[in-house]
This record gives sequence, C-alpha cells and structure tokens, in this order.
Amino acid sequence: MRPLSYRRAAEIGEAVATVSTEPTSAFLAGGTTEVDLVRLGVARHDLLVDINDLPLADIENLPGGGLRIGALARMNDVARAAQVVEMYPGIAQALLLGASEQLRNMATMGGNLCQRVRCAYFRDNVSPCNKREPGTGCSALDGQNRGHAILGTSEHCIATHPSDVAVALVAFDAVVHTIGPSGARIIPIENFYLLPGRTPHIEHPLEHGELIVAIEVPPLPVARGSLYLKFRDRQSYEFALVSVLSALLVQDGRITEVRLALGGVGTTPWRARRAEAQLVGAPATAGSFAAAAAAELDAAVLHEHNAFKQELAQRAIVRGLDQAMVSAVHGGAR
Amino acid sequence: MSSAIGSPIDRVDGPQKVTGAARYTAEIVLPHMTYAAVVAATVASGRVAVIDTGRARGAEGVLAILTHEDLPKLAEPHLLPSLAGAAAPGQSFFPMQKDVVHYAGQPVALVVADSHERAQYAASLVEVTYERAPSITTIDEGRDAAYEAERLFGGLLPARDERGDVDTAMAEAEVRVDVAYRFAANHHNAIEPAATTAVWDDGRLTIYDSTQGIRASQLTVAQLLGMPLSDVRVITHFVGGGFGSKAMVWPHVTLAALAARHVGRPVKLSLTRQQMFTSAGHREEQEQQLAIGATRDGRLTAMHHEKLSITSPFDDWAEPATGVSSQLYACPNYRGEHRLVRGNTMTPTFTRGPGEAVGVFVLETAMDELAHELGIDPLELRVRNHAAVDGHGNPWSSDGLEECLRHGAELFGWAGRNPVPRSRRDGDWLIGTGMAAAAYPVPLFMPTQRARARLYADGSAVVQAGTQEFGTGVLTAMTQVAADGLGLPLGSVRFEAGDTDLPNVSSAVGSAGAGMISAAVHAAATALRDQLVATAVADADSPLHGADPATIEVREGRITQREYPGVGETYGELMQRNRLADAEAPGSWTPPPLDTPHGLLTFGAQFAEVAVDPEIGLVRARRMVGVFAPGRVLNPKTARSQLVGGMLWGLGQALLEGNRMDPRHGRWGATSLGEYLVPVNADAPEVTVDFVELTDTVVNPLGVKGVGEIGQVGVAAAIGNAVFHATGRRVRELPMAAELVMD
Ligand SMILES: Cc1cc2nc3c(=O)[nH]c(=O)nc-3n(C[C@H](O)[C@H](O)[C@H](O)COP(=O)(O)OP(=O)(O)OC[C@H]3O[C@@H](n4cnc5c(N)ncnc54)[C@H](O)[C@@H]3O)c2cc1C
Ligand code: SF4
Repeated sequence: MRPLSYRRAAEIGEAVATVSTEPTSAFLAGGTTEVDLVRLGVARHDLLVDINDLPLADIENLPGGGLRIGALARMNDVARAAQVVEMYPGIAQALLLGASEQLRNMATMGGNLCQRVRCAYFRDNVSPCNKREPGTGCSALDGQNRGHAILGTSEHCIATHPSDVAVALVAFDAVVHTIGPSGARIIPIENFYLLPGRTPHIEHPLEHGELIVAIEVPPLPVARGSLYLKFRDRQSYEFALVSVLSALLVQDGRITEVRLALGGVGTTPWRARRAEAQLVGAPATAGSFAAAAAAELDAAVLHEHNAFKQELAQRAIVRGLDQAMVSAVHGGAR
Repeated sequence: MSSAIGSPIDRVDGPQKVTGAARYTAEIVLPHMTYAAVVAATVASGRVAVIDTGRARGAEGVLAILTHEDLPKLAEPHLLPSLAGAAAPGQSFFPMQKDVVHYAGQPVALVVADSHERAQYAASLVEVTYERAPSITTIDEGRDAAYEAERLFGGLLPARDERGDVDTAMAEAEVRVDVAYRFAANHHNAIEPAATTAVWDDGRLTIYDSTQGIRASQLTVAQLLGMPLSDVRVITHFVGGGFGSKAMVWPHVTLAALAARHVGRPVKLSLTRQQMFTSAGHREEQEQQLAIGATRDGRLTAMHHEKLSITSPFDDWAEPATGVSSQLYACPNYRGEHRLVRGNTMTPTFTRGPGEAVGVFVLETAMDELAHELGIDPLELRVRNHAAVDGHGNPWSSDGLEECLRHGAELFGWAGRNPVPRSRRDGDWLIGTGMAAAAYPVPLFMPTQRARARLYADGSAVVQAGTQEFGTGVLTAMTQVAADGLGLPLGSVRFEAGDTDLPNVSSAVGSAGAGMISAAVHAAATALRDQLVATAVADADSPLHGADPATIEVREGRITQREYPGVGETYGELMQRNRLADAEAPGSWTPPPLDTPHGLLTFGAQFAEVAVDPEIGLVRARRMVGVFAPGRVLNPKTARSQLVGGMLWGLGQALLEGNRMDPRHGRWGATSLGEYLVPVNADAPEVTVDFVELTDTVVNPLGVKGVGEIGQVGVAAAIGNAVFHATGRRVRELPMAAELVMD
C-alpha cells in the first residue's frame, strides 16, 4: 500500500482548511470506500483527514417538518432512527438492504453519497478507464458490462452509481449541506450527481476540500408510504441489479402524487421523471404503471451484457408501484 | 468394538480456533522476518521487454528485487496430481526463468522488504514494459484450434473412454436427449489466501506453507531446487480452506524459498486476494454436450459425453468429466471425450468435486430431461438405470445409491410430487422441486501411507501423521481412530500432525484424506496395541500370561480377556512392571492395486426446492436435502459440516459463481469477492444431511470413502431441475444468472 499520512481533525474549519490546502488529500469518514481504494492503488491520496471527531452525527427533526441527517451519521443508525422509519420508510429500507451489518456500522451518510463506482475496470488499476485516468478510454463499453448502467450513460463511461440510499434521497428531493473553502452552500441532491458526459472523473460539484455536513430531507407526506425494492443476484451483501423507490398518493383511483427512482441502472441515482410525469393524474392501474415504466426505459442505451436490464427495470418499476399501492392505501399517505 | 469412531465429538481444535490461538501460515512470527510481494504480469502473452526496478529499489525498507534475470534456474517441473506422492507443481511451467509471459498474473518479479505493506508498495513501483503477443483466453477465441487430448490430469487418465457402438445405438434409440451446456470458470476462494514462509538454516530449508499436503510441498520444492528431501521440512498446522487451490504446489512456494536464500533471512510471502485469482489454479471455462439414447420404458442404450475446455499453453489439463457418466448407469454403449483449447491462462486445477461437479450436472440434468420426456418419475428413472457393476463389469466396492435416493425422497417429501412444470406458486414466486443422483470416484493411486503411535507408561498416547488440518476435522477424526485402535479413552490421545518430520501421508485431496490417513493411523495404533498385548501374554507376571492374543481386547486402557473382563491389567501396570517408559509402533497402509476388481464410487442423492421469481429471474433455494453413503463415517458432526459446506458450494456453482475472461486484455473480469459472488448466509436455505452407512471392505481398513467432494456433486443439477420444474425453463449455463432465468 502507498505510504500516506493521516490526521484527525477536531473542528470542521480545520478539516476543510487542511484538505483544501493539500491537493492530494481527502476526508476519511467510515473508510469503507476510501481505504479499499487506497489499498487497491486507485485512490492515490497522500493525506487522509479523519473527520470522525466532528459533531456531525445527529439526526434531528426540522422545525418545519422534515429531517436533518448529519454527514457522519452511520447507515445503521439512520436506518433504525424512529423518525426515518416513520416518515421515510424508503430511506430506512434502502439503507438496510445495502452492504452488510458490519459495513453499515462504520459507513457514514456523507461517505455513502460520495462512494465510488464498482466497475471492475475502474478498480483493477490497470485497464483503460476514463474515470480513473481521463482520456484512456472506457473498457466497459465493449467489455464486461453486465453490472453497468443503461440510463444516463455516455460514450465515455457507463458505470452504475452504486448507492442505494441516494436513490431514496433523490426521490425525496433531499438537499446536501456543505461547508467548503468558499463557505457554506446547499446543493439539491439531483444536482449533486453529475452525468458522466465527457468528464466521468467528475462525479459531483464539490470543490476540493468541501465537506458535506448534513443531508436534509423535506417534509413529504407521500414518503410515508414509500418503499424500496432491491433485486440482486444474491440475497445480501451485494449491489442492485435494479432497485426501485416508489411512493404513491392515490385519490379515487387516480394518482395524485408519485415518487419513483431507480438504482442499479443509472450512472446517477436515477429519478424517473418521465415515468412520474406520466403517472400523475393517471388511473392507478397496472396498465398505467407499465406504460410509465416503458416510457422511462425508452431512453435506455444497451450494451452487450446489460441489455436485459431494460426489461428488468420495467418489471421492477411495475412491481414497486404495485406494492406501493398497498402502503399508499392502507398505511402510509393520507 | 469402536466407541470413539462414529461419535459426533466436538473438534479437538475448536477452542484454539475460536480463541485465535490457532496460528495460520501468514501469522507465523519469526525473528528477522522479511516479506515478499509478487509483481504479476498484466498482459496475457508476450515477453518482458524491460523491468525498471529503480523506483522500487529506492522505496523504504526494500531489501531485494528478483526478476528472471537473477532468479536461479530450477529443475523442470512435471505436472502430476499431489495424491500420487511425487513432486506436484501445479503446472509444468515455472515463471521467472525466462522473459516469456504466458498468462496474466504470472509472477515477473519479486520484491522483498522489511514489512508486508512496504513490499506491496514497492511491488507497485516496479515498472514492467511488455512486448505483447496475441492471446487466447476464451474457448470462443480458440475453438477452431481445439484438439482431442490423449491423456489428462497430469497424464494420469486417458481422455477418451469408450465401449460398445455408440453411433449405431444412438441412431436406433427410441428416445434421445441431446443438449449442450456452458460453464463459466470458477475460483476456489478459500478464506485464507495462500501464504508461505521460508527459513534457511545451515543449508537446510524449513517452509511454513498453507497447503493441503505438506509432503507435496516438500517434494516439490526439493525437486525444483535440487535438494535432498532430508534437507527440506514443511510445517503446516492450520489451513484456512483449500478446496483444491492448495492441492498442488504453486510457484510462490518455491519463490519464497529462493527469496529467503537470497536475502539470508526468513521470507514470508502472502498472496493477495486479487492474486489468488491467478496464482493457484481455477476450474476452467468449459462446454459439455451429452447425448442420451433410451428406450421408451426408460432404459439407457447409448451415451455420448463430450467436454471442451481451455487449458494453459503448456499442459493438457482438464478436470475429467466422465468418471461418473461412464459408470453410474448401466448403458452398453458409451463414449466420453475431452477436447482442449490451448489458451493464455495458468494451468487449471482441481476445484471441489473435480470434474464431476460439472460432469454430473450435465448427466443429471439430461436424466431429468429424459424423465420429463418419458413421463417417468426422475427418481425411478435413476433407480431403473443404476448399474450393478462398473464400466468394466466389476461389482461396486459398496453401493448405497438406491438407499440414498429413497431415504432422501422420504426426508424431502418427494412422493406425490406433481411433475407438471409451473404448477406451484407462492405470491411472486414459482416453486419447484428437483433431484439428482450424486457420485464421486474413490481414488486409490496414492503411495503407502504412514503413521506412528507412542504410548507412555502413564497411559497417555501421541499418534502422529504428517497431514494438516484445513478445516475438514481431520485432527478430531484421527484422534478418534487412534483412541479406538489403542483402546484408550479419547482424552488420553493426542493426534499430532503438520510436520514432514512426522511419518508421511499424501495430500488430502480427492476426498481421499480420511480414508488413507485413518488407514495409517489405525495400522499404527493397532500395531502398538498388539505389541503390548503380546508383551502381556508373554509376561509371567501378567494376569493375561499365556492367553491367546485373539481373545484379548483393550478398552479404556485396560487389557482384558474378552470372555472374562475381570481378568486383566492396564497398559500402565504392564509397562511399569516391564520398565517400559514408553512403547512405540509405526503403521502403514498400502492401497489396493489400481486394477482392483471393484467399482469405486461414492454415492449420494440431492434434493432441492427453489423459488423462482420469473419476472425478475431470481432463484432462491428454499431447502436442500442430501443423503450420502460415504462408507464409514468417522465423525458425523465434522462429516456433516463438510457435506453442508459442499452442498452450499453446489448452490453457489448453480446460481452465483462464475468468472469470465476479458479477451481484449486476457484478464479475469472478477478479481475480488465483491465481483466474484459466492453465497452468503442469507442465501443458505435449510440444509438437511443424512447418511446411509455402509460397510466397505475394499477401499481401506476402516471402509471410509470420504465426504469432501460428494456433498457438492449433483447439487447444481438438483437446483437446475427444480428451476425447470418451477418455470418450465431449462437453463443450460452456469451460473444461472437472472437474465437466463427470467421469462
Ligand atoms: C463490500 C461492500 C458492499 C457494499 N454494498 C453497498 C450496497 O449494497 N449499497 C450501498 O449503498 N453501498 C454499499 N457499499 C458502500 C458503502 O455504503 C460505502 O462504502 C459507505 O457508505 C461509504 O461511507 P464511509 O463513511 O465509509 O466513507 P469513506 O470511505 O470514509 O469515504 C468515501 C468517500 O467519501 C468522501 N467523504 C466521506 N465523508 C465525506 C464528507 N462528509 N464530505 C465530503 N466527502 C466525504 C471520502 O473522502 C471518500 O472519497 C458497500 C461497500 C462495501 C465495501
Ligand atoms: S464504465 Fe466508467 S468506470 Fe468503468 S471503465 Fe468505463 S470509464 Fe471506467
């Protein structure tokens, strides 16, 4: 492993100042992504600034409703927080279906948003990869791309965004609070994830040294009936082939509000805007669900091994909406 | 007679393992230790043009860097399975002897430093420039140049097996099933990556090696380095699993020895998880085709079983796939063939259930298709066709297949199954059940096996054999065998292993370990008992003086006449009176000749219930039942563990495990446990294991046929057949990924 230095920051200002002035440094939270990548030689940081002492682990109700989740809150703590389970069950489910119990005890929410892709070519540190080494090409385009994305791809990168919880967060219009060298700002989560385009190595708009301090989820009645379905080859400890966050409000058989987002198929946590647009006002029937799913996946760009995901994602959407009907009617939204 | 054998006693090494006291090879601590890291080729074919070690040499803690330019020349390796008892390099090519690169992952340089991390880092700084040559790493790329192999498995087995007139019989068959299957490569992924520590002392070499056979490591290193065996000692107490990956002695072992000699200090070489995908063999990518001809009433008349697989540039290696299909069922006309493609991979190797894990999948899937086609219950079709004799007309050393099938069916609740596919549903899930027969050859090509027993006058005993514990429970089972052989309580016997200075046995591979080691241990223990009984009957002061040894038995350390249990004395009394501080006896066992007139298979039966989500393509096993007839079961608890583990392996083989080459780069697609999927606890269903115990008087003295492989064999077919039953869809590719299963 590459030799590197390690420092523990006591205050937010110190953490930001240290990382922003050291060009080859990074924050270290739970380390479950970062340490892996350092060991693989993919992350080549000379300094890791440990932020675990910063007071950013709280989960608080916001005065006007909604929730503020500290960047250092651990995945398991968030998943088991009563407010989360009650107000945003889809977030809790997405978290519990991710990684493993041990990892979730370490992994933080901030780190989760920033986790890197699982593309094997990115991680092998040898193959051409535009994300790891811009301009070298994308080995996945004509290579092994079963796990790769079909939405939001470009000619330069088709890696899937791996996060589960981010799928729920994009569905709920969460915002990311940061403090950087140029001060504090708020980034709507959909803007936080950049499409690969010609610059797959740039994944989010954070400045170097800009620290995520919290994630805020707005009050959202429809989210109370939300659910997260995750389909994967094995039953645990694996990323999604496809996952669906769905939440519905239905009145008199018509959909009045819907939240729909996909994991496992997009280069970003994928808000299914096209499908949502079709569904609002439509009858809450299998036919509407299937049509909306088809509309969303119409834009899919398929490669040799991931073509099945177009059909798979549509079926998953229909299933997700079907099941959301149950919670929409009986349990959740009113 | 026996009391310890057959009891489900706890592992004798359990406390050491759960407290962390058990030391694995990479945990061995020696003074002045140094650490080696392998620099592995990133191209699949060509030559090393330039190795620039400048930056690496400058890195902190680096002691030496070895390349093909300075590595001493070694004796030429010859491929032979380790069980045969000769040097057992995994391939007949040793890297770093020349500049040639035959496969990605091949060692091209070795860095030695004062810590593992520094060695790894310096290895990453070695800059290798390659002259790349075109490579072949998939069957598709080499298909046109496929050839029929003459012999396989290190020359041990013929590649073709033929009887009768297959073509005519096939043409005349009333019913035919003829199907092709494809299989992705598999990797063993034992929890402990391979590691070797080498220490030289006065020209003699000691190696701590993570191996399935310390004797094989000794023989191989000595042969490659041209050293007398007496100067090479191998010590291995605990191994964190092997599954075949540590059955052969791969180059890193000898490289560690060379590095240690070079730096004059102990060297520890631990392979990384990524390197384990390219350093210890794998199960080769393969295709198989099986045609079966049968009569309308379900009698097999012809079988033609072909395997096409990819091997290394230098060895004709294929796991033999026809050892079961050629003999499990009575079929007068049979042909088995193996064809090979030479490619740029290392030589593939034994992987749990070598050959038959795949061969039996094909056989038992085809049998299920035939049963379906004929409208005969799949279990009855097996029973109807099961051969009474092997392919040469020899009776089985012991059978038990029908008992396993029937008992398994009862445990599983097979009777009354509605055979119509897609006839059961549970919410989003379709439910199906499937079964398969299982069989695995009993190998007898090992040399003489040896052990030694020593009894002290205080009544405690040490029994030794040079094997190693790699999770099977061998230490426990051999303690039981030794205790019964000596007539001592379990607590008085310690079984010692893990050192080539002890009497030698062969590598524990091919499910042969328990049978051959127990044979030697039993021989030593009973020889010592007989020796002391002889002393007693010859001793005028013994209450047993003059008795016929045949009438004497020893229990709990007390020697008595069977008919008059009151007459006798303890070992201790006898030895103290005769001023014997201890007594010792060697024991050995030589296997029956290779042409022993018996069929040699271990039998079993596998049943599975699966749930399939047909829209999404996911398959979840709900329950599995396996019943096996492995001869005598030394310890049902450890045997059960092995069988459950084997069955879960089969689950992984069926549903998850597979690696594919990226032919552009000639590298594996998956090189971590994040990418190469094995089942996790959440995937493991309820697993029931039971035994049909048999007496086998042929295979070895205690009649042990072994449980290492048989648990795995047939599982994938049972699952695949259950998937068919659930969905009506035959998946003819492993693993059965979602995209193959979904409607
Ligand atoms: C085997 C395995 C399986 C997994 N499976 C899943 C899964 O199924 N679903 C899923 O969603 N995830 C999964 N994960 C990913 C896991 O959730 C992430 O690794 C984890 O959430 C990252 O959090 P961390 O605190 O450990 O981040 P770290 O590893 O410490 O950091 C990750 C990155 O984020 C940066 N960073 C961390 N905190 C901040 C901050 N506050 N502000 C700015 N930058 C920051 C770091 O500099 C680094 O670049 C898996 C991981 C592993 C290893
Ligand atoms: S998909 Fe993206 S991460 Fe993967 S090889 Fe291509 S550029 Fe790299």
